[in-house]
Amino acid sequence: MAVPANVETTFLLGRLTWDAIPKEPIVFATFIVVAIGGAAVLALLTKYRLWGYLWHEWFTSVDHKKIGIMYMILGLIMLVRGFADAVMMRIQQVWAFGGSEGYLNAHHYDQIFTAHGVIMIFFVAMPFVTGIMNYLVPLQIGARDVSFPFLNNFSFWMTTGGAIIIMASLFVGEFAQTGWLAFPPLSGLSYSPYVGVDYYIWGLQVAGVGTTLSGINLLVTILKMRAPGMTMMRMPIFTWTSFCTNILIVASFPVLTATLVLLTLDRYVGTNFFTNDLGGNPMMYINLIWIWGHPEVYILILPLFGVFSEVTSTFSGKRLFGYTSMVYATVCITVLSYLVWLHHFFTMGSGASVNSFFGITTMIISIPTGAKIFNWLFTMYQGRVRFELPMMWTIAFMLTFTIGGMTGVLLAVPPADFVLHNSLFLIAHFHNVIIGGVLFGSFAAINFWWPKAFGFKLNVFWGKVSFWFWVVGFWVAFAPLYVLGLMGVTRRMRVFDDPDLQIWFIIAGFGAFLIACGIAAMFIQFGVSIWKRNENRDLTGDPWNGRTLEWATSSPPAPYNFAFTPVIHGLDAYADMKAAGAARGNGNFIPIHMPRYTEAGIILAGLATVCGMALIWYIWWLAALSFVGLVGYAIHHSFNYDRDYHIPADEVRVTEDARTRLLAQEA
Amino acid sequence: MRILPPAPGALALGMSFLLLTGCKPVVLAPAGDIAERQKDLLLAATGLMLIVIIPVMCLTLWFAWKYRAANRQAAYRPDWDHSAKFELAIWGLPLLIIICLGALTWVGTHLLDPYRPLDRLSATEEIAEDHQPLKVQVVALDWKWLFIYPEQDIAAVNELVVPTDREIEFSLTASSVMNAFYIPAMAGMIYAMPGMETKLHGVFNHEGEYQGLASHYSGAGFSGMRFKAHATDTAGFDDWVSRAREGQDALTRDEYLRLEAPSENVAPRIYAEVDPDLFARAVNLCVEEGKMCMAEMMDIDSRGGLGLEGTINIQSLTHDKHARRGARPVLGHQPIMVTSICTPEEAALMFADLGSTQPTSRADQSRLQSRALPVPDSLFDRLIAPTIRDAGNTAGTADQKL
Repeated sequence: MAVPANVETTFLLGRLTWDAIPKEPIVFATFIVVAIGGAAVLALLTKYRLWGYLWHEWFTSVDHKKIGIMYMILGLIMLVRGFADAVMMRIQQVWAFGGSEGYLNAHHYDQIFTAHGVIMIFFVAMPFVTGIMNYLVPLQIGARDVSFPFLNNFSFWMTTGGAIIIMASLFVGEFAQTGWLAFPPLSGLSYSPYVGVDYYIWGLQVAGVGTTLSGINLLVTILKMRAPGMTMMRMPIFTWTSFCTNILIVASFPVLTATLVLLTLDRYVGTNFFTNDLGGNPMMYINLIWIWGHPEVYILILPLFGVFSEVTSTFSGKRLFGYTSMVYATVCITVLSYLVWLHHFFTMGSGASVNSFFGITTMIISIPTGAKIFNWLFTMYQGRVRFELPMMWTIAFMLTFTIGGMTGVLLAVPPADFVLHNSLFLIAHFHNVIIGGVLFGSFAAINFWWPKAFGFKLNVFWGKVSFWFWVVGFWVAFAPLYVLGLMGVTRRMRVFDDPDLQIWFIIAGFGAFLIACGIAAMFIQFGVSIWKRNENRDLTGDPWNGRTLEWATSSPPAPYNFAFTPVIHGLDAYADMKAAGAARGNGNFIPIHMPRYTEAGIILAGLATVCGMALIWYIWWLAALSFVGLVGYAIHHSFNYDRDYHIPADEVRVTEDARTRLLAQEA
Repeated sequence: MRILPPAPGALALGMSFLLLTGCKPVVLAPAGDIAERQKDLLLAATGLMLIVIIPVMCLTLWFAWKYRAANRQAAYRPDWDHSAKFELAIWGLPLLIIICLGALTWVGTHLLDPYRPLDRLSATEEIAEDHQPLKVQVVALDWKWLFIYPEQDIAAVNELVVPTDREIEFSLTASSVMNAFYIPAMAGMIYAMPGMETKLHGVFNHEGEYQGLASHYSGAGFSGMRFKAHATDTAGFDDWVSRAREGQDALTRDEYLRLEAPSENVAPRIYAEVDPDLFARAVNLCVEEGKMCMAEMMDIDSRGGLGLEGTINIQSLTHDKHARRGARPVLGHQPIMVTSICTPEEAALMFADLGSTQPTSRADQSRLQSRALPVPDSLFDRLIAPTIRDAGNTAGTADQKL
């Protein structure tokens, strides 16, 4: 066990001692590999003199497109970490039969399943969703950037800061051994005295600031920055789903923050919000965390519903069927997602009437969700369906997600939940909706909008390899978990005694291997596509015959997105323009007002990360110093008036004329 | 009463496939009536949903194939985006199904509420008017299960023996963290939580040995918190009880506190005798000598409480607070202990009698018996310095140097 028997603190380093460095060989080997890999990356960046480029063009960028891409990169990196955790769990559960303890002790295994959940939700799914929204929303509504460009950069770095804190726990100290929602009393100081839960708290608090601010930013952007003529009911459906998601973020993340603050007070100051004794109530935490947690599920899936809508309509060459009912379905889901949280703990012993109420509200959510599926179905109906990669992911989603939705409604029936709660059936269910919905949707989005972001399409062969490995791998990995759930096997088990179960874990492990191939193929796809980018160039800016405004721009779009603010006359604005044969504006360019790049975001987030680490390790002087620095630097930055510039009209004319010539050549 | 239609054929087929492949889906083939009815509801709900799921999946494949771009024969209406009839169907059909499912849920949830005494022993056997349920008190300890049979005055660790065809009334609590009690073959799970009591009613209809487990993660030894639930006929149960009574071990409060200390993969053991108040004390967090029971505290509070003095005299109310008595979180302060409440005149008189100006501590200074985890040193202590620490030593930090 990595926990020192008696924690001494010193002024300089708090409770950080040599003992905090894990001695377990697996962690140590990982550390060596990461250190060597990291050193190699740093050396390459230095050798090719990329530091200046990265700093000036990316890290300090306030361009929503670059920030969106950085979110996606963060998500992909963390996907690898989260998946490594998944593979380790699968191997342990295949191994630990017949009296074997497997290869992971409880201290290590329990950290892994906690980290897997935290990383996959907060640092894979959330960055993917935020990244896609960041990239697309301003383009879809005809805006030049988000409402608060600097805040956007700051939000990204706060999310990254949270990810860094969580990653640091792997090599310094330990991570929480509580499950991904850190239920007290287990996560209280009495039962988790060391740094694990503190890593969890401060990692999520730092990242949570980023998520909340990014939610506010996008919400204001959608409300205030739409092009003239774009009424709410003319917004592209992806923008609508983003709008609802950001409402959910703004309304629910403060609940998470407040809940974690209460847990922090319990752990640091000795309050009794969630303790067993002195009037504390752990059930309160479980309610509060799920009041955030259930809307969180919809925060993740709603934007991807938007992605599927855009993809289905584009690749069926048709208007989206039932736009209005799609919008109302999204709004229904947004509201209802606040009325179902208790279905996560029917088994805590609320009365039958309370359980029935929350069970039935949960089922009601399946009505608008079902309506959405039907709408996609009827969008394909009497269309011309092109099976490009984004459409393949969408069809895989429709087939996978319906099963996940069905098992979800099953779990919403309280008596059924009593036998399936906390079982592997539940695990299979939420992976079925999160992988089948959020990840498949993110992959559809990546394949769909990659040419917009980089100016060339992704390689189709490796895309298909990745697709088939992922989809087949998903079912091979999770169908056995449904079976195991029906065999009464529950989650978070480290060892097993019934030998009949082993074969199912072996099959699931093989599925994880297939998914690993899918992830590898995806990275190969990115690599090959970049390497052979000249073979797949998209010069038109509209490679898929798109329907919404982002396809009206060049690929990649100019920093200012639109030289002229478009005027909107209906749904599917760009399809309209194409149908009407709208001409490109080519005169009267005016200087474009742009926000200036700033290093304030990365510095503030860096200070916040240091402050979080200092609080975790009880290094009070550093916490105070970094906090004062944080506030001081924020004040300093607010006096920085050099925050915008104009792109001269001539420069705009040169860019736009070049594109006009290019389009004429293509035509 | 059978509230459900028979399971659809497809499901039965699927089940028989699973059975043929050597898998024992205990949730689908349980041994107790409650679990049986939960399974029925599960299958009925699945069947209801398949009414819409199967067509959706078929239509997805069919539309995707029929309207593929290469098929120029198929109709193409790029601007068709609305149909009132279709809209009515896609909102109405799921709504109808959810209404049915909602009704099923409402009835099923109330009938199968774990707090509700059984209304029948099995599909064929009604419950007799004078049927006495077997009472079992369950305590989730770190990391083993304690079963107390209050009427038989025996207790068992990690082993549950019950008669078949007799209602079992479980009362559950936990000693330290949350847990969940689950015997898949008998009935659904229910949380066992410290300081609280939950209920579960169940019955076994078939004799046998069934798996019982902890289904809510509770810390390092969680995986080993398994037990066998033996369902025997009444004679077998009586036999087991009388054999258990022949043993030597008694589950006193002290023995409970020893048992409560964390341990993993604990072998089953039997206690021939049990302190009759033990479970009530476990629920009220006052097994340990000197702790105020939560019920007592609530009673005092309901009469107006102990005022300001009551809010700082927390020693007798501290159960799992921190690793040991007197310890506190890193930014917390030294607990102030009020050892008695009296007027200044009384105090002066008392100290005059004692010939001392310092009250002697009457508080128990020993370690909490249940948990002994390390606790961080307090920042407060180091800043506010030795004076308070020295003064406080009489009230608790004495053994911190250990």
